[in-house]
Amino acid sequence: MNETLTQTATRPVSAAGAANFVRQHWPWLLVLLIALALPWLFYDWSRARHSGFVVAMLSQMSMMVIFALSYNMQMGQAGLLSFGHAVFFGLGGYCAAHALNLVKDGSFWLPTELIPLAGGLGGLAFAIVFGYIATKQRATAFAMITLGIGELITACALMFKTFFGGEGGVSTNRVIGTSLFGLGYGPAIQVYYLIVVWTVIAIALMQLLTQTPLGRMANACRDNFERAQFVGYDPSRVRFFQFTLSGFFAGVGGGLYALTYEIVTFDTVAGAMSANALLMTYIGGVGAFAGPVIGAVLIVLLQSWVSLLSNSWLVYVGVLFILMVTFAPGGITGLVLMHEPIWRSGRIGRLAGPYARVVLPSLILATGFVLLVELCSFITIGAAQGKSFTASGVTIDPQHPGPWLVGAALVIAGGFALWREGRHFRAVWERVSEEIKAAGREL
Amino acid sequence: MEVLLVSLLNGLVYGMLLFMLASGLTLIFSMMGVLNFAHASVYMLGAYFAYDVSRHVGFWPALVLAPILCGILGALIEMYGLRRVHKNGHIAELLFTFGLAFIIEKAVQMIWGLLPVPYRVPAALDHTLFHVYGTNFPAYRGFMLLISGLMFLGIWLMLTRTRMGLVIQAALTHPEMVGALGHNVPRVFTTVFSGGCALAGLAGVIGGNYLVTEPSMAFTMGPIVFVVVVFGGLGSLAGCFIASLIMGYVQTFAVVLEYSPADALAALGITVTSATPLSEFLTIPLPRIGALLPFVMLIVILLFKPRGLMGTRDT
Repeated sequence: MNETLTQTATRPVSAAGAANFVRQHWPWLLVLLIALALPWLFYDWSRARHSGFVVAMLSQMSMMVIFALSYNMQMGQAGLLSFGHAVFFGLGGYCAAHALNLVKDGSFWLPTELIPLAGGLGGLAFAIVFGYIATKQRATAFAMITLGIGELITACALMFKTFFGGEGGVSTNRVIGTSLFGLGYGPAIQVYYLIVVWTVIAIALMQLLTQTPLGRMANACRDNFERAQFVGYDPSRVRFFQFTLSGFFAGVGGGLYALTYEIVTFDTVAGAMSANALLMTYIGGVGAFAGPVIGAVLIVLLQSWVSLLSNSWLVYVGVLFILMVTFAPGGITGLVLMHEPIWRSGRIGRLAGPYARVVLPSLILATGFVLLVELCSFITIGAAQGKSFTASGVTIDPQHPGPWLVGAALVIAGGFALWREGRHFRAVWERVSEEIKAAGREL
Repeated sequence: MEVLLVSLLNGLVYGMLLFMLASGLTLIFSMMGVLNFAHASVYMLGAYFAYDVSRHVGFWPALVLAPILCGILGALIEMYGLRRVHKNGHIAELLFTFGLAFIIEKAVQMIWGLLPVPYRVPAALDHTLFHVYGTNFPAYRGFMLLISGLMFLGIWLMLTRTRMGLVIQAALTHPEMVGALGHNVPRVFTTVFSGGCALAGLAGVIGGNYLVTEPSMAFTMGPIVFVVVVFGGLGSLAGCFIASLIMGYVQTFAVVLEYSPADALAALGITVTSATPLSEFLTIPLPRIGALLPFVMLIVILLFKPRGLMGTRDT
């Protein structure tokens, strides 16, 4: 794989080169096409307006993709578990907001398109300061220091008014009229396309970074830092560089946040945001470069859609996270990549039957679980908000024992069936894997 | 003088409460290498259990029942959760407890609501114990001191006078060797985890009505307990005890000392006005910085003494 990469890198740009580029990166190009086209699928032609909800969600998704990928530069690529990554996202956001305000006042000139860069540089500057402290340590001590830094900055954000604006945050206005292309950036759709451009740039840069000696050494220090040290590299310096660059990209994401929402508050540096990065990255998968992208898209989807339907969407995210940690440490991408050898050996069809048999019990279990969680939340939070629990037109009374019994029965029945089908599935999976191994030996 | 004495007592109460949480966490962290994010969540659950039990049968049964419930919960978490995740490494275990803390917070919100619950000091202890220079010292704080003192004694006797305690002590510093000698290390792990959770639950029972019982109490207490554990050092209960008291005193005295760096400069003859550079930093009073101090302490100790105050191993 390494060989093909260097080949494509050195080959002169030509029609064949372009075709090769498309062939190699078609999933990314497809995602880009979808990202560009999606706002128009939800375009309201009768009123000639974009769907505000969809554009807002897609914008959020793109900046979260950058944020999660930058987090994975630490977690996946360098093996550094951080609990304070939002610090760089948020501080980047604050820097970008101040840059916007300064440009508006005429203190200096900067095109609107480059405002996220101001955020990135802000993130980089703070990452150099905090990275100097944090990257002297690794593993749990590193995690603790980042947790401390995260709490420290959150407390500071509420305390100091000049830079952070206290609880109210820093408001700004993105219409500063310094666009390089004559765009006003009033409508959200223009900002969305700017975000897409920045996301593409950031993804490309982060992908290229994984192939530099630094990216490789980060992997080496993650896998065996003593050995890396023995070869003559300084792991703490590798950690430092990886950390600061990751802070830069998080800052770019924060800059885009400031442009989109035109206000940056302490929420952006707070622990919940850092936890978000961790959840997105881990659920998507830390092992593959594309993992965090999938995680970010999934979590923002949950955040935007499920949160409209349910108060307890975070419970589902939490349960998903626990299930991932327990059963699939590789995340979603890890699960998909597990099928690769079976797919290549042409035995994937053998798994179709077992998969079909797992689906129904899983659905029953999930329905029962969701029913119980929702009943529970409607008794307290829902009641406090004066909502009533309706599912497909039927109002359910959470005070009545009936629905609770149904929920419990579904969970028990689904759980038992899933346990049995799961054993069958695992048996088939192991048999197929054995066959592939045996076939490999014969060759 | 009066401020000093009252603060000394209050700091001791808070420090002992911290130690009740941190002692279990230190034992778990040292033996299993898992920094248990859900520890403060169990503390929160202890407070909520106590609230529910005391609503129905009174405070005194709650004092016993809630920690037992938390202990059982801890044993279940260890046996059916952590053990399964263990093969995926320490980071996976850490993340597992992190996810657990996340879910427990949401579950508490769903079961008991978003607002604080009215978990109050029992009427029998709701009076003044004695006066210090005109300031009341509530009987409940005395009771908290008593409970934490008893707990301290209990842990010490258990660790030094029982066979189990000796195995735990050995496993603190040499977990592999203890396993090699044929002790049932998984069972010791479960016991310690469950015991630690029961202690956290006890801290919740007596701390929940002293502070506030609300869904965010785990996430406000959690980081401070981590700071105590890391500050005290891995594998050292004594370090943990000292760190708890330091943290208790730092937080208590930070609240009562109404000074700011500007006052210190004023003593040197420099007056700080809004025109002075960094005036915002200089005029901030100490009580407002109080919340920052634990994290500053954490970062400083990890920089200069990564093993913590009395740690015997690297974190």
